Amino acid sequence: MVETKSWTGRVLSTANYVLMIALSLLCILPLIHIAAISFSSNLAASSGQVSLWPVDFTTDAYHFVLGKPDFLHSLAVTLKRVAIGVPINLLLTLLMAYPLSKEQRVFPWRTAYAWFVVFTMLFHGGLIPLYMTVRETGILNTIWALILPGAVPVFNVVLVLNFFRQLPKELEEAAFIDGAGHWTMLAKVFVPLSLPVLATITLFSTVGHWNAWFDGMIFMKSPEHYPLQTYLRTIIIKLDFTSLGSEDAIREAENISERTTRAAQIFLGSLPILLVYPFLQKYFMKGMVLGSVKG
Amino acid sequence: MFLPGALLLLIYHYVPAFGFVIAFQNFVPAKGIFHSKWVGWDNFTFLLQLPNFYQVVFNTLYISVMKVIAGQVVPIAVAILLNEMRLRWVKRSVQTLIYLPHFMSWVILGGILIDILSPTKGIVNQVIRAFGGEPIFFLGTPSLFPYVLVGSDLWKDFGFSTIVYLAALTSINPNLYEAAVVDGANRWKQIVNITLPGMAPVIILMATLSLGQILNAGFEQVFNLYSPTVYETGDIIDTLVYRMGLVQAQYALATAVGFFKSIVSLLLISTSYYLAYRFANYRIF
Repeated sequence: MVETKSWTGRVLSTANYVLMIALSLLCILPLIHIAAISFSSNLAASSGQVSLWPVDFTTDAYHFVLGKPDFLHSLAVTLKRVAIGVPINLLLTLLMAYPLSKEQRVFPWRTAYAWFVVFTMLFHGGLIPLYMTVRETGILNTIWALILPGAVPVFNVVLVLNFFRQLPKELEEAAFIDGAGHWTMLAKVFVPLSLPVLATITLFSTVGHWNAWFDGMIFMKSPEHYPLQTYLRTIIIKLDFTSLGSEDAIREAENISERTTRAAQIFLGSLPILLVYPFLQKYFMKGMVLGSVKG
Repeated sequence: MFLPGALLLLIYHYVPAFGFVIAFQNFVPAKGIFHSKWVGWDNFTFLLQLPNFYQVVFNTLYISVMKVIAGQVVPIAVAILLNEMRLRWVKRSVQTLIYLPHFMSWVILGGILIDILSPTKGIVNQVIRAFGGEPIFFLGTPSLFPYVLVGSDLWKDFGFSTIVYLAALTSINPNLYEAAVVDGANRWKQIVNITLPGMAPVIILMATLSLGQILNAGFEQVFNLYSPTVYETGDIIDTLVYRMGLVQAQYALATAVGFFKSIVSLLLISTSYYLAYRFANYRIF
């Protein structure tokens, strides 16, 4: 866009900066507020003195949370889930996207296979049949219940296959002439050229595994197998019903002292994302946009 | 190469997809799919007689239509305004911050919302009280609940949704703007006559694609924010399926609701993909 240096133009431009900065603050301030509560004393937090900076700074809440065996258990489940799940997601995405990115004459029935894959995005049998299938395959209450049902991230397959298709054909021909097979082609030509999109789907899949809670809730029978977010759900999702009756008011009074602990758990639950996301962020604009919206 | 993934899809997508047949059975878990009695459309007629079924369908549509509209308009506006920013580092910082909530789970965001919206100790109500207002129980008032859902969904995703629009903006030919300035167009005129028409194909694409999602009012969000007090306005198809199926163990009924939703969704998504192909020349692969 070309700058027009009029007086009104400058005012509007300033207003625009103010608005955009306000919007970005809107996205980050609630998190800062929660972090401030988690580092404040119970008294300060429950009497509502904390806004964006801790009052009576203390790390008591963190000592308490990190000393709880339940929290550490579920953290271990989530770490295991990310460590196993993300590589499986990536591997299966590559293995499916590569053949699907080929022409019909290289991979016969390609369109039919592609529809086989895409159909799973369009139609679901629903929660109950999925639950029964997971139970019948005997993986209920194991880490595999969190990994196998979502092992093929179809949306990522589509992103990657679209990215593969717009790589120059000449490279592929040259590599074939030099005697490369499909496996070499995938590993030595396609993968190195697709780093932006691979970084993007790695981020998506890591965040997905880190954030998932519902599958943990339905596929895990005992709370000690809960992944972190499922465990956190049982702790931090407690609605405030003080205004409804005295019995609730009593329970609420007990909850108030938990406020800093809950805040600490919310903050810990989002911390890894806060740490990883800024570094991968620069890739996903490129990776996602090239993969999904062509032209 | 194709085989391992295909096998997993077969087991965990196609097998459950055929599991919908229990919607037509008087399903007894001990007997399994093969020995339960077939009852035809009985489960569906039963559902249609439930008074709260219509309420739930209405809630789902009401919430998701509002989400679709807000979720399109705001990101388009934000993308245009971001595009007007000249200082690159400010622009990039703003982008980084507004994408962030998208990457948080609804458990985390739900926890944050419950805290800041709490009628007794939440910061939002403290501000309202400071200005002399009455505290509002945002998550416990049925008439407000749908708006809290739309607002918080917008908060989570408006930033991330700007990405596609920003990409569309980068493909607009800069010469057009120079020509417009020569012809004396101010910034507003440039936006109306160049930027918006330039974005039109992507806007049409996103609008048609969102049509297919109209029965998804956001299970994860609603599930983490609702309570019996607001079922009347906040219960959606997916939360109803969850409560009927996994809490009350009415497997056949829950599957019938889920099947109804899947079929309607399939029709909607197929239609929206077809429209996207017709009007925006979009293909998935």
